[in-house]
Amino acid sequence: MATLVIREDVSVVHDAELLHKACQGWGTDEKAIINILGHRNAAHRQQIRIAYNDIYHEDLVKRLESELSGDFEKAVYRWILDPVDRQAVLAHVAIKKSEPDYHVIVEIACVLSPEELLAVRRAYHLRYKRSLEEDVAAATSGDIRKLLWALVSSFRYDGSEVNARLADTEAEILHNAIKDKALNQEEAIRILTTRSKLQLIATFNSYRDEHRTSITKQTLLGTSDDEFFKALRTTIQCINDYKKYYEKVLRNAIKKVGTDEDALTRVIVTRAERDLQDIKELYYKRNSVTLDQAVANDISGDYKKFLLTLLGKED
Amino acid sequence: MTKITSQDHINVALSECIYLIKGTLKRMAQPNYLEALTKAFSGHGIEEKSLISILGKSHPEHITSFRKTTPFFIDDERQFERWDDHHIKLLKREFLRFKNAVVLWAMHPWERDARLVKDALKKGPQEYGTIVEIACTRSSEELLGARRAYHSLFDHSIEEEVATHIKGSDRKLLVALVSAYRYEGNKVKEDTAKSEAKLLAIALKNVDKKKPTEDEEVLRILSTRSKPHLMAVYKYYKDVSGKNLDEDLGADLIFKVTVECICTPHNYFSKVLNTALKIDADKNTKKAVTRVIVTRADTDIKEINGEYQNLFGVSLSKEIEETANGNYKDFLLTLIARGN
Repeated sequence: MATLVIREDVSVVHDAELLHKACQGWGTDEKAIINILGHRNAAHRQQIRIAYNDIYHEDLVKRLESELSGDFEKAVYRWILDPVDRQAVLAHVAIKKSEPDYHVIVEIACVLSPEELLAVRRAYHLRYKRSLEEDVAAATSGDIRKLLWALVSSFRYDGSEVNARLADTEAEILHNAIKDKALNQEEAIRILTTRSKLQLIATFNSYRDEHRTSITKQTLLGTSDDEFFKALRTTIQCINDYKKYYEKVLRNAIKKVGTDEDALTRVIVTRAERDLQDIKELYYKRNSVTLDQAVANDISGDYKKFLLTLLGKED
Repeated sequence: MTKITSQDHINVALSECIYLIKGTLKRMAQPNYLEALTKAFSGHGIEEKSLISILGKSHPEHITSFRKTTPFFIDDERQFERWDDHHIKLLKREFLRFKNAVVLWAMHPWERDARLVKDALKKGPQEYGTIVEIACTRSSEELLGARRAYHSLFDHSIEEEVATHIKGSDRKLLVALVSAYRYEGNKVKEDTAKSEAKLLAIALKNVDKKKPTEDEEVLRILSTRSKPHLMAVYKYYKDVSGKNLDEDLGADLIFKVTVECICTPHNYFSKVLNTALKIDADKNTKKAVTRVIVTRADTDIKEINGEYQNLFGVSLSKEIEETANGNYKDFLLTLIARGN
């Protein structure tokens, strides 16, 4: 379930006018921006952008970029983008870092449905005049390249057909690949990047039945900082139970000394309209404190107010 | 290299028989009979009209002598001439050519491509070129459509089946090619194209140290870059190494076909058609005629026709006129004419 609280009677023209007023003169009325944008769904946000452009002949996004700053600005920028465009931007930012953020790529490729991933690839073409896979492949090498490239290129079967015998066979192949880290990982990559999600879940279950331990636990044994195996594990986690995965990302982002704002923003902004409520419940079960409280204790200012609004706080 | 198949032996035997029989029948005062029948049964498709008029109206004696003298029939120990089973199969294939073309033509392009890939996977390594053809000559959206259709038809994704069924060094390239969703705009970074051309030149020079198929960079460039980008790479490659990229990839057929399909598709299609129209083409090669003409009729058949003329001195239509028969021939010519 979503955490976003949206208003019933929305006039996008009125919203555009209010936002314009908020950006005029000395300083910015951040409260008004949060109050409006923090309570609009994706469709309305797009309409507001269009209305703003019609009336003021200016791109609202560019205006906000110049008025706001810091983590607050980054969060609002990501929020106001169309969801598919947003994922394309997140992917691009992740690849272009001096040390690419592989987990973001894995998240996008594995959490989204096959059609959603396709839409992101299209949005990436439009924005960057290159394909997502060519940028991913060019920025990586070795096994991690093979994994990420195949993940972003996948267009998995999304039907319900599952082959139980195949699940058993491939669980064994994965077991052997993970056990002996030095082995050629191509079979593991093949299975994880081409099979349908339901087939893979059946495979992971077969693994657990056979080996009495979860495949994710097994993947990291014996490796410490191996980027490839970390990404492999993220792949398995995102396919198996991505809400549990996101809870962990949030937990680590908050626990970290100084907070990982990028991760915090990313999860909250991308899931607020989808299933952040479920992730919140997992968070509370795991940490005995609500996500809202944890976020409130960890960050401050307009950035905090904005994230709390997306988390469902009413004023 | 073409294998000499039993089909080749039969074709040779057939030609020899025809020569002998022609002589005999000339003496029997039916000069065009056997020629017409043989033409009706050879080449691509069946000459339905002449079969109706000749066989349908023939004197029983002439049909008997036809059976006694052609290799289509064999002498049975119980004193009758029996159809050779192998020839019945051949004929069935030729009779079905028109039906297959019609069915393929009426199909949605997505279903068409999905089924063609599935067939190629089933037939094995000699047909993998078809998979490359479909992955590389279709637009990004057309290839996506084929992938969707594949889900519906076969309950699996194309990439998982390609990855499972294909072993060896071709697997990586084929999986990458069918998964590609290339950028389709015209924007090309010339510097990147130049440096990638150099990279390819170096990789291909080191053929003794490492096969190009094992080179991750070669793989990356060929299967992720946009087509305009690859055409620029092709051009710079010629400057850097003096030869064409597809020539230097000659040893590796799948890589060579990839480059041909992306950079010189009309040339590629013309060559495929020319090989398929040859009299000694085997049954799988012959199918390319239907495949190429049906799948390109509404895209670039006109350009292929023109390129065919450039390469072989005769237009594709004229070649079809001479080697195909009956309804099948008429259907193909109609499809080719759509390009006008």
